[in-house]
Amino acid sequence: MSHITEPLIFKHSRPGRSAVGQYPQGVSAEVPEKFRRRKRAALPEVSELQAVRHFTRLSQLNFSIDTHFYPLGSCTMKYNPRACNAFAMLPEFLGRHPLAPNSASQGFLACMYELQEMLKEVTGMKGVSLTPMAGAQGEFAGVAMIRAYHRARNDLERTEIIVPDAAHGTNPATATMCGCTVVEIPSLPNGDIDIDALKSALGPKTAGIMLTNPSTLGVFERRIQEVAKLVHDAGGLLYYDGANLNAILGKVRPGDMGFDVIHMNLHKTFSTPHGGGGPGSGAVGVGQRLLPFLPIPTVGKDGENYRWLDEKDIPHTIGRLSAFMGNAGVLLRAYVYMRMLGREGMHRVAEFSALNANYLLARLKKAGFDPAYPERRASHEFIITMKRQARELGVNAMDFAKRLLDYGFHAPTTYFPLLVPECLLIEPTETEAKQELDGFVEAMIAIQAEAEQDAAKLKGAPYNLPVRRLDDVRAAKQLDLTYGMRSTE
Amino acid sequence: MPFIPHTEAEIGEMLATIGAPSIDALFDEIPAALRIKSLAAIPDALTEMEVGRLMQARASQDGRPLNFLGAGAYEHHIPAAVWAIVTRGEFYSAYTPYQAEASQGTLQLLYEYQTMMSSLTGMEVSNASLYDGASALAEACLMSVRAHRRSKSARIVVPSTLNPTYLSVSRAIVEGQNLNFTVLPYEQGKGTLEFSKLAALKGDDLTAVVIQQPNFFGQMEDVDAITDWAHANNALVIAVVNPLSLALFKPPGEWGAKGVDIVVGDGQPLGVPLSSGGPYFGFMTARMEHVRQMPGRIIGRTVDLDGKQGFTLTLQAREQHIRRSKATSNICTNQGLLVTAATIHMSLLGAAGLESVAATSQRQTNKLVEKLTRIPGVKVVFDGYRFHEAVLQLPTKVSDVLEALARRNIIGGLDLSNLYPELGNALLVCATEMRTDADLDQYAAALADVLERKP
Repeated sequence: MSHITEPLIFKHSRPGRSAVGQYPQGVSAEVPEKFRRRKRAALPEVSELQAVRHFTRLSQLNFSIDTHFYPLGSCTMKYNPRACNAFAMLPEFLGRHPLAPNSASQGFLACMYELQEMLKEVTGMKGVSLTPMAGAQGEFAGVAMIRAYHRARNDLERTEIIVPDAAHGTNPATATMCGCTVVEIPSLPNGDIDIDALKSALGPKTAGIMLTNPSTLGVFERRIQEVAKLVHDAGGLLYYDGANLNAILGKVRPGDMGFDVIHMNLHKTFSTPHGGGGPGSGAVGVGQRLLPFLPIPTVGKDGENYRWLDEKDIPHTIGRLSAFMGNAGVLLRAYVYMRMLGREGMHRVAEFSALNANYLLARLKKAGFDPAYPERRASHEFIITMKRQARELGVNAMDFAKRLLDYGFHAPTTYFPLLVPECLLIEPTETEAKQELDGFVEAMIAIQAEAEQDAAKLKGAPYNLPVRRLDDVRAAKQLDLTYGMRSTE
Repeated sequence: MPFIPHTEAEIGEMLATIGAPSIDALFDEIPAALRIKSLAAIPDALTEMEVGRLMQARASQDGRPLNFLGAGAYEHHIPAAVWAIVTRGEFYSAYTPYQAEASQGTLQLLYEYQTMMSSLTGMEVSNASLYDGASALAEACLMSVRAHRRSKSARIVVPSTLNPTYLSVSRAIVEGQNLNFTVLPYEQGKGTLEFSKLAALKGDDLTAVVIQQPNFFGQMEDVDAITDWAHANNALVIAVVNPLSLALFKPPGEWGAKGVDIVVGDGQPLGVPLSSGGPYFGFMTARMEHVRQMPGRIIGRTVDLDGKQGFTLTLQAREQHIRRSKATSNICTNQGLLVTAATIHMSLLGAAGLESVAATSQRQTNKLVEKLTRIPGVKVVFDGYRFHEAVLQLPTKVSDVLEALARRNIIGGLDLSNLYPELGNALLVCATEMRTDADLDQYAAALADVLERKP
């Protein structure tokens, strides 16, 4: 990682300069006065080398999986195999127009069909649609299907979605976006759902419940079959948030636990890249009850031929969620990954992510850190609470997180889930070697020693990155969202 | 074991540290009855070499036909440098920049992107992207309801010249929120919004009017008049634009007397390959007064503890991870990597380069129309000024023609006969700067041949 910051690209810009080899020369358009742009957009005017150097230097100001360990709970930052990128970027795949006729698309459609089939198998679902473009859109599709199901049965009162307090923020936000009201239920001190609270939340207004299992507390919901029965008996459906699917891949299937619908974060479990915040892919799987409502398009097979299925084939669909068919390039990467893992490899995902998590937990426990759920097994992730350090030393979870950056480790997820004070949610993933985990433990031990000797030092971390802690309050109060917005330059 | 680094010795040491007899024991909290017995439908693992062979075979099966299809996804030249940089591990495999100090590269790039998109669209602020153009319009509709507190109707006016998929996606996404869409017809022969139908809504409580420029037919709407009418009637204006076209055309921030309120579109023409429809990215820019109603991530410039310039996510109180059920949207992941591509692309081409690409695309489309309409029975449907798409009428069923062209390795355009049945055998064609004159001739010869052989 570079420590030298890079000026804004606009500082490299000089009037009249451009990468002239990149566009046709000597062509201009005749535009009627009423439509004509009067002043050119203020895009940079730089040479090709200047642009290449600028953006290469910017890349060097980033942490990434390829350069750093990311024990980021709930995010599954595993290795993104290069082969997945290389084969998804074959020129024929890049050049395929999304609306090309089926007859000219059999190779691509075969990949998508087989991906649907494999995702059905690993989740225990009856149908899959690949179209949602991110986890939150998959969630949207899931809740919209639950709504459509009740409406199709003329069960119009069911508008409440039950969400545990540990849930991801997207869960309640999605329920609201679908026109539902959110009923929050608490978790027990051991991390399991409070069954009594669930029972009293269930009723004739219950549309469904959104759960992730293992939960965001990093523990498996042991009474899941009982939960499923209660919800189904009350007339509701179960939604599985696939954020934590890595923990159980190849071990247990959401469909077998009783879930009616699931979204999968292909950018987590199936190793497509996070790309600095996207693209994701939130494919949805459904059980029998929700098959008629799947978002379109999906891929079907007639004899030996693949074809798109649309509203003519799935008349009760909740509709289209993207202009075409979702993030096709991401789906191709996930397909390559699944083919490389194969049947045996699927089991190993959960096995080795659990091995790494439980090993890291055991070592941190021995080093004196406090697990939030000491009597429980870790799933693929676990929580350490810094409550004691905050009380005794005046350093909090954020200080540890920021200091870890100096040691060359991306910070774990901090302050989520919200109900565990001063928490670090740690997920090592299956692709990290033991040495890397040991290095992380040693860094945590060293930081603990620093905290005991000189708490103020931790408060100032990080020191070895391109910038130190940033003034977020100023960022929000004196908004500077574009170059030139504030005339300071 | 692909991608699993553990040696047998390490597995033993790690289990000993945990105090577990086996890896299987780590799953002892999962009820036994739920454990998977087999995953029979998953095929055996392939090596990288084998999967490479498979993928190349699948890709070759589809080949690289000559493309004349646009309709929201356009084939443009992308400088080699763009994806060489985008796929650097430091961008490709980075996480969302929540830890700002460890993500300055991504954050600064997004700030530069916001600056470029604001300028291109003529607006004050930009977010850091949404999923795609269609879902961005859905988000803009929801945003207009939040931003326009005086309007109680949540009624959005849309011309039928809007990309029909954008409307169906918007309907699907806002379905639970009591928005309603009023679709207005286009003027026969002109292919642009019939203004008198809009004027007839005078006095109604409208939340927003959507305008697509150039519209789905490639024609130019009278955006100044529509924008002014909407504002005079207390409605917000949402523009849907192709960002490339803005190198030539008046940006939405200058439409009418005041400019529009929200701009959205698909960023795909800015350095993103066709790739079967995604990943692309949706963009959204707006007036400053609406910034707190915007969905998605926004990056701001600030200073660090030493007073040094730095970049960070800002106005996060709008977002789902803070506001939960009261967030402006449920969006979390966006399309960061595609924005990376677009930012590099815009830097390499600059305004001059985009202008040249847009002008060449327009010229090639006009040439294509000229060549194709020389074929007996092929007519242009709308005569007006167009950008880089045109609607043609064929003498026979379009889907049959497209199949026949596909057999000649040509993707001939989009069949409009289901979307706009009143246009008869209508075909939407597009040529970009990628199509040479020889390509256009090849298409014209193939089409003439196909039409001659018609049964």
